Amino acid sequence: MDVLTLLADGFATSLSPLNLMIVILGVTAGLFIGAMPGLGSVNGVAIVLPLTFIVPPTSAIILLAAIYYGAMYGGAVSSILLGIPGASTAVATTFDGRPMAQQGKAGLALIAAAVASFVGGTISVVLFTLFAAPLADVALAFGPAEEFALVLLAFTTFVGLGGDDVLKTIVMICLGLVLSTVGLDLISGQPRLIFGDLPGFYSGISFLVLAIGAYGVGEVLYTIETSKSAPQVTPARITFGELRAGFRAMNRLWKTMSFGSFLGFFVGMLPAAGATPASLMAYGIARQTSRNPESFGKGNIEGVAAPETANNAASTGSLLPMLTLGIPGSPTTALLLGGMVMWGLMPGPMLFIEQPEFVWGLISSLYTANFAAVAINIALIPLFVWALRMPFTVLCALVLVLCIVGGYAPSQKMHDVWLIAGFGVAGYLLRKADYPLAPLVLALVLGPLMEKSFRQTLIAEQGNVLAFFERPLSASFLAIAALFFVLPAVKYLRKSTRQSMAPAE
Amino acid sequence: MLVADRLIAGGIMALALYFMVHAVELPIGWNGTTGGPGGGAFPFWLSAMMFACAAGILLRSFAADARASFHMDMSMLRSVLAVTGALVVTIALMPFAGAYVALPLFLFWYLRIFGGHRWVLVLPLTLLTPVFLFFFFEVTLRILLPKGLTEPLFFPLYAAFF
Repeated sequence: MDVLTLLADGFATSLSPLNLMIVILGVTAGLFIGAMPGLGSVNGVAIVLPLTFIVPPTSAIILLAAIYYGAMYGGAVSSILLGIPGASTAVATTFDGRPMAQQGKAGLALIAAAVASFVGGTISVVLFTLFAAPLADVALAFGPAEEFALVLLAFTTFVGLGGDDVLKTIVMICLGLVLSTVGLDLISGQPRLIFGDLPGFYSGISFLVLAIGAYGVGEVLYTIETSKSAPQVTPARITFGELRAGFRAMNRLWKTMSFGSFLGFFVGMLPAAGATPASLMAYGIARQTSRNPESFGKGNIEGVAAPETANNAASTGSLLPMLTLGIPGSPTTALLLGGMVMWGLMPGPMLFIEQPEFVWGLISSLYTANFAAVAINIALIPLFVWALRMPFTVLCALVLVLCIVGGYAPSQKMHDVWLIAGFGVAGYLLRKADYPLAPLVLALVLGPLMEKSFRQTLIAEQGNVLAFFERPLSASFLAIAALFFVLPAVKYLRKSTRQSMAPAE
Repeated sequence: MLVADRLIAGGIMALALYFMVHAVELPIGWNGTTGGPGGGAFPFWLSAMMFACAAGILLRSFAADARASFHMDMSMLRSVLAVTGALVVTIALMPFAGAYVALPLFLFWYLRIFGGHRWVLVLPLTLLTPVFLFFFFEVTLRILLPKGLTEPLFFPLYAAFF
């Protein structure tokens, strides 16, 4: 089969000594970053992104993907041990993982998380292998009109599916889009929004600067405020017997795990949905279909396995639209996308034709990364507990230094470092006031594409707005987008009618 | 903390207005001949949408059943301000005193004075981080960090590693 030949070539790339070393290094680094409270794959990828210039692009994206994978595994570790989700994707893991740890079953919960992540990751990589190329073919039919409709769809999924406040989500999307227009106008080349003619703004605002500011500095400030005292660490101990008991327990969870994998993969594939909603959905469905739903939230191993399979499957799934369409499904893939652009690799349908070595190298390295991650994760469980005892005051100081240097390195302008500090404080305040940050970062990444595709279409069609509705693909995307936009209003109305019908207490 | 919520919504409205004022420097209307909107249209109308939504958030906070989402732990406000201040001082110092003075000073302040850690931990971290940064960024990646006044001190190092 064609796919198998390509995959075999891919393995030849990913199993080269350099790339294999990079996978192991990346997974290990990712595990630690993911396991640090407050730091997730976004932070890991954002901090390391400027450091990837030393290796060839294929190896660089493999490093980032390995960190991504490792962080997805690691996110569960602090969720279980500390009750602090290492990343937003691991929030659902705390619901049952924390009670298990409190009952002294931390080892079992950690094994469950690792095995579930492995199953989720493997099933979704197989799905990825089979569907990446066909989807890329579909993507070839994409013109600017479809691109615009799809980007719009990505933003409306945030509004319709996200649990956040709708008005605040829209504010963040608009802010990100407006910030993305800073610099030179794409069509006329005139400068716009350069804030009193500051030269630094002529080149626009890099998504990296916003991401390091909001997720790095902002997160540290948030952690300083919320972690007044060091969190209580539950000592985890792993014996061989416990390991065997863990695997035996996982054997009974095949149904939950395979369902979580498929669900996660398909939700992850949706632009902007990503791993966090996928893990929450998998948890909710596992609870609803369980024979004893009341045991959930009190330390049910199924409640750890379901979200962990889904978030790993989703992280693979979200790579698919990123590679084939250039549309990131999550903030982390948005960063990966930015990285690819920085190395001169243009994501999109042509990538599969022009850079088969890169694409299949990446896909095969996902298999390798998965094996590496589960092995390293289980081996390192005792060490995690030790690392998590690092006081916040040490961790935060080092993260801040990395943010400053990491923000300066790509452009070598102090201007960007000041922006990072500014975005850090702004991101901290916005997060405190419950404004979601992910739409902001995504909007900054997708903004230029959105404006360009919108204006390109209109120039090609002599200003005919109806062009967006005349093409079948773009029309159906717009229809789904409209549906997502209406969804919160419908939900709200239904809730308020139900409330008014309910008897007064 | 409804006040803080309102301040943030108001701040976003002011920012949106500022964007709108500057966006009109480029055409924001529909250009019939080339087709489609002008260069200022995207920022202008998106800022207008941002303004409207922030106004909605502000108005909602005056409704009878408004819930505050801003929970500030006032006892930690000083720490947050101290770290922010230290960060600003560090960044301001970098172009003059150089990264290799500013960053160790920051680490020392954070670990010893802010964090109150023991010297055994503070000294190795403060002294080894710049060494790591030098070898990682300057030697491996060939990215020069700002050195300011300390630049001449690095000439022998450049000679040795480049």
